[in-house]
Amino acid sequence: MTRSPHRRDRARARRTLIAWLFCSPFLFFFLLFGLWPVLASLLMSFTDITSRDLRTPFNVGFVGLQNYLTLFSDDTFVRSVLNTLYFVVVGIPLTMIVSLAIAVALNSGITRLKAVFRVGYFAPVVTSIIAIAVVWRYMYQDDGLFNAALAVLGIDGPDWLNDPAWAMPALIIMAVWRNFGIPMVIFLAGLQAIPTELHEAASVDGAGKWRSFRSITLPLLRPTTLVVAVLLSIAYLQFFEEPFVMTGGGPLDSTTSIGYYAYDQFGFGLYGIASAASYVLVLVIALLSFLQFRLFRSRS
Amino acid sequence: MTIAAPRRTFRRPSPRALIYILLSLGLVITLAPFAWMLLGSIKPTGEILANPNQWLPENPTLSNFTDLLAKQNFGLYFFNSVLVAVACVIGNLLFCSMAGYALAKIDFAGKKLLFSLVLLMLVVPGIATFVPLFVQVSNLGMANSYIGLILPYVVTPLGVFLMRQFIGEIPDSLLEAARIDGAGEVRIFFRLILPLSGPALATLAILTFLAQWNNFLWPLVIAQTDDMYTLPVALALFAVGANGTNYGLLLAGSVVVVLPMILVFLFLQRYFIQGIASTGIK
Repeated sequence: MTRSPHRRDRARARRTLIAWLFCSPFLFFFLLFGLWPVLASLLMSFTDITSRDLRTPFNVGFVGLQNYLTLFSDDTFVRSVLNTLYFVVVGIPLTMIVSLAIAVALNSGITRLKAVFRVGYFAPVVTSIIAIAVVWRYMYQDDGLFNAALAVLGIDGPDWLNDPAWAMPALIIMAVWRNFGIPMVIFLAGLQAIPTELHEAASVDGAGKWRSFRSITLPLLRPTTLVVAVLLSIAYLQFFEEPFVMTGGGPLDSTTSIGYYAYDQFGFGLYGIASAASYVLVLVIALLSFLQFRLFRSRS
Repeated sequence: MTIAAPRRTFRRPSPRALIYILLSLGLVITLAPFAWMLLGSIKPTGEILANPNQWLPENPTLSNFTDLLAKQNFGLYFFNSVLVAVACVIGNLLFCSMAGYALAKIDFAGKKLLFSLVLLMLVVPGIATFVPLFVQVSNLGMANSYIGLILPYVVTPLGVFLMRQFIGEIPDSLLEAARIDGAGEVRIFFRLILPLSGPALATLAILTFLAQWNNFLWPLVIAQTDDMYTLPVALALFAVGANGTNYGLLLAGSVVVVLPMILVFLFLQRYFIQGIASTGIK
């Protein structure tokens, strides 16, 4: 039985209408508060819009790339870009090493308490960064918990958050603590997918544990590792709450991030500059996401 | 050639025991900040400032918590946080599953474009768009209101993505059978799809609640008077304000923000871990 093309067209038009009706509530908010702001952010970054233009949008002037030039001639912004890179480049390998080590330990054949460990290690992930930043600021005080613990080991710890050299490492340690649970779970899934026969064969051939880890586990985990790296970099590029609560971007701009800089400019009412700063982030994240989609595609 | 007799007196700990020791040590370090926060929140001011600082409070007190409620208005901030999070959960569950159903099971013109846009927006963070979003919401007259706090997050691309993936797994034959019985799309959605999507809806509800409970930048930007603050905003502004060294109150405030989420996590940890691990960070 064949339907006439005309009837098929009508059926398809009807389905399209129904589908768009199903999508319409989502679409309404998605356009208004999702897509349009992304576009508007780009447009605003080419204008001199400030907080005084809210009621008179037609006074806004087009300034081309001026905001971007202003940004990169501002030492504080350049510093914030470098700080963000520092956070990402040091924070990601550290987070991955910690999470992989714990995942390997959890996957080493232990059964008792495994669920307890998994839940305990994952707990920091569900916490509010603001609350954690408050607690860690307290722990990082010169006479705080951190330095008390170091003193037990005979180390005279720095005044973490007031020392330009140590403030950023302090924020990175905290980020590792709060975030390693997610890559841990992803690595654990990756490890469980590796057939145990491979390790057994290697051990029959006389390979030790470390050799077998380096020659079998690590290469097979490479796709997982890449995915984790991209996920983490997208998250770490946005860091903002940590300096907001813990350092105010200081000391001496040593913890100002791109996000913090954008928020600062917004606070001054300089919406054009703030948009340009945040669009620098959008571009980097877009690039990384593109990379991620390529990776996912090559994996599946 | 001599063969040494097996020595039973000196034995290295078995690898398994070593792993347990290391994992336990790691767990203690991981949980230490929580313990420090909880114990600090019930210490009186003198003990908080004491140096060296003891782990256990000598005179435990709840005065930090009663002060938060009575003098710092944290009851209202708690209510605001719950209200915003619950409203966003409801919006996401309903609207995202509707759109997810259409994207997963109906063949229609423009489907590919819409889904590509959803994927594209999946990774755009709040920090990237808060300026135009603020201008937009202000121009709509919704600044400093519950509506302004809620609407930008009442649907999320993540919600649609999650629901589409899950609903896509429901066998088409079920839908065909319902269609042959004369059920329309609306009926299929409410009577068939939604009841079958329980696990996905639970995951989405948890992820949305978590994201909104911990959300900071948007409420910071759009709440201008303290009656609109959510918990993280109130806590952060308190921490960077004039009383920012009152750690008794600050730690108690952190407990109020962190503890409810930890408790929910302990009860529903399977959904949390699977949901977050499969959708990424933040």
